Amino acid sequence: MQNLPKKLYDWFDERYQITGFKDFFAKKTVPVHKHFVWYYFGGITLFFFCVQVVTGILLLFYYKPSAAEAFESVKFIMNKVEFGWLIRSVHSWSANLMIFSAFVHLFSNFFLKSYRRPRELTWITGAFLFFIALGLGFTGYLLPWNELSFFATKVGTQIAGSVPFVGHYLRTILRGGEEISDATLTRFFAFHVMILPLVAAAFLGIHLLMVQLQGMSEPLSVVKNPNKRPMKFFPNFLLRDLFVWLLLFAGLLTLSVMFPWELGKKADAFAPTPAGIKPEWYFLWMFETLKIIPSKILSFDGEVLGILGFGVAGMALVIIPFIDIWSRKEKRNPLFSIIGIFAIIFILFMTCMSYFGPQK
Amino acid sequence: MYKKKIAVFIIVFILFFAVESGAETIDNCIICHKSQEGLLKEPADNIEHDVHFKRGLSCFDCHGGDQTKEDLIEAMDPAKGFIGKPKRNDIPHFCARCHADPAYMRRFNPNIQTDQFAKYNESQHGKLNAQGDQKVAVCISCHDVHGVRQKDDPLSPVFITNIPKRCASCHADKEYMKDYFLPTDQMEQYEQSVHGEALLKKGDRGAPACNSCHGSHDAALPRAISVGNVCAQCHSLTRDLFAKSPHKAAHDNLGIPECEACHGNHKIMRTSDDMLGTAGDGLCVKCHKVDSKGYSVAGSMRSAIETLKTGIKESQDVVANAENMGMDVSDAKFDLDNAKSSLIKSRTYVHSFSKDKVGEITKEGIGISDKAKEKGRKAVSEFNFRRKGFAVAIVIILFLACALYLKIRRMEKS
Repeated sequence: MQNLPKKLYDWFDERYQITGFKDFFAKKTVPVHKHFVWYYFGGITLFFFCVQVVTGILLLFYYKPSAAEAFESVKFIMNKVEFGWLIRSVHSWSANLMIFSAFVHLFSNFFLKSYRRPRELTWITGAFLFFIALGLGFTGYLLPWNELSFFATKVGTQIAGSVPFVGHYLRTILRGGEEISDATLTRFFAFHVMILPLVAAAFLGIHLLMVQLQGMSEPLSVVKNPNKRPMKFFPNFLLRDLFVWLLLFAGLLTLSVMFPWELGKKADAFAPTPAGIKPEWYFLWMFETLKIIPSKILSFDGEVLGILGFGVAGMALVIIPFIDIWSRKEKRNPLFSIIGIFAIIFILFMTCMSYFGPQK
Repeated sequence: MYKKKIAVFIIVFILFFAVESGAETIDNCIICHKSQEGLLKEPADNIEHDVHFKRGLSCFDCHGGDQTKEDLIEAMDPAKGFIGKPKRNDIPHFCARCHADPAYMRRFNPNIQTDQFAKYNESQHGKLNAQGDQKVAVCISCHDVHGVRQKDDPLSPVFITNIPKRCASCHADKEYMKDYFLPTDQMEQYEQSVHGEALLKKGDRGAPACNSCHGSHDAALPRAISVGNVCAQCHSLTRDLFAKSPHKAAHDNLGIPECEACHGNHKIMRTSDDMLGTAGDGLCVKCHKVDSKGYSVAGSMRSAIETLKTGIKESQDVVANAENMGMDVSDAKFDLDNAKSSLIKSRTYVHSFSKDKVGEITKEGIGISDKAKEKGRKAVSEFNFRRKGFAVAIVIILFLACALYLKIRRMEKS
């Protein structure tokens, strides 16, 4: 019996050459430097993603994706299903925390210029994963079919309808018709539980594979430092990751129990739009920007220009490894860092404006 | 030649319609009265809003004469049926020429009532009018004249919310009513009543006005024998219970009006449980002596209702406490609503004057209320379980985190 683990190992090794993996992980290291802390955020985002997958699957057992039953089924989950209230609350809190940590992960890698050669693909897949996370948030928000989510989705899809040339088609595709209806709910459900998770899994697979194969990027400021102290990935960094995840799990439980996510009132398509309807916090800066853009700029529609601006910014974010010509040559240049700082200030300012500014 | 024929045809066509339409609009009664002052001008000014006028009738349809004649003598020629202003006592008959004629009225509305005149003749107003009383109400006293609006027009004086005011214009006038030996405080009392509050303050059109109890065209004083039937128009279940109770025979024998004996008439106030029972404001002791069966039943019914109220209050407190903790108590609230329905039902069944029946309903209500309380308690214990479970989970997680931290430190030191 004592030889059973070894026998099992040998059995697998003979077939799948796991010694190769073992050796690879044994040799894999993580650079240690003053910006080391930002390395945790990839793992944190992954942790929240895993929580989302698990709690999402549990919610799927009871959730009914139809306008007539969605709200009642979520209410049933919260009130009748054992620990249903906890699962739903954890799912909602974790979704928000995942997007927050994705923001931090994205910007920290942006400032550390982790997208430098040869990690272009890691960056691009990461940028797409960020957009997918936003998409998951947008589609998941409607699923409880409550008043707030219904009208926020109405506003959100209305904005999508302003995209030049394809706006009308995009809005119709998103809504499954001209208005938010049962068809919108079912396709948002399909996007939320099948299409986006599948795409996310594919991108995440590539992203993680690249991180493992190429290792963590070192910032330009420390790349030539001769006194570097690399840390072994396994078990040292992985155990540190696990430690952070445990603390986050405790925090997530605390939030979910102390501040359970409310369900609100059931959506009524015929009711007037309630005052102060806003999208989720991570879309607020865009929402506020579109609100303050003048309706006409020269002879162009202000909202269309705003949406085009966001589109261009998103595209630029994806292809930044190819735009930042200095970092491609491993040279330091503050231009992109200044742009990044400006972007963060802009996002924070616009978000604060939406919460604390004058309400129109 | 062909073009000339067309031109002539068009001219003849236009002239024909010009003459036709002109003939329709000429009404010398209105033209002439508009040019007058004061009382003579008033009919012409008001007639635009008049329901008769809107249906195509005009002055001559009621007053006769020839509206096409500009000359006064010709227009108001008795030979052409001119009857002028009818005498006050003749007004009901004057209006009834059309309104009591089903064949004529069917032209305007096949469902319209045509029995107003017959009813009026049976009413107290009609009887006095027949005796030549010059002050008693006739049609125009309530409906106005020259500017008569339909009763469902909110500006009509007989629109449901305007009726009390219209009746009070005579019945609350002490000077006007002094010859009739009737009280004149009905409006004042009605305004304070639960019915008056609903109709006049809240605009609840389902609430009764004067005519709901006294009738309209057949307005009369309800006698003791019929008061119960009057109230039963709305409070049918209560009245049914009363009619089957021992009180019915007692009231009939003693000539005491049914509902009015306890609830009053014009000043019917919102009921309270204090009206039931033998203590304080209890009305039962007005008739039932101490140690009588009725005295005992009154006390029992009140006691049963108070027990249910206490039960509901206790359950509400427990459920509210659970709700304040953030727990979902919609099921418990549903039960509480049902318990409150039982309370309302038991109050209605007081009119059966059966302590067994009231006791049965309150017992059922207490059972439902207890269910709500139990659900509230479960929600509170679920809340406590969550808190405890949370605390245990956090301790375990933090313990693991500490252990992991120590492991990492030891590992990195070595």
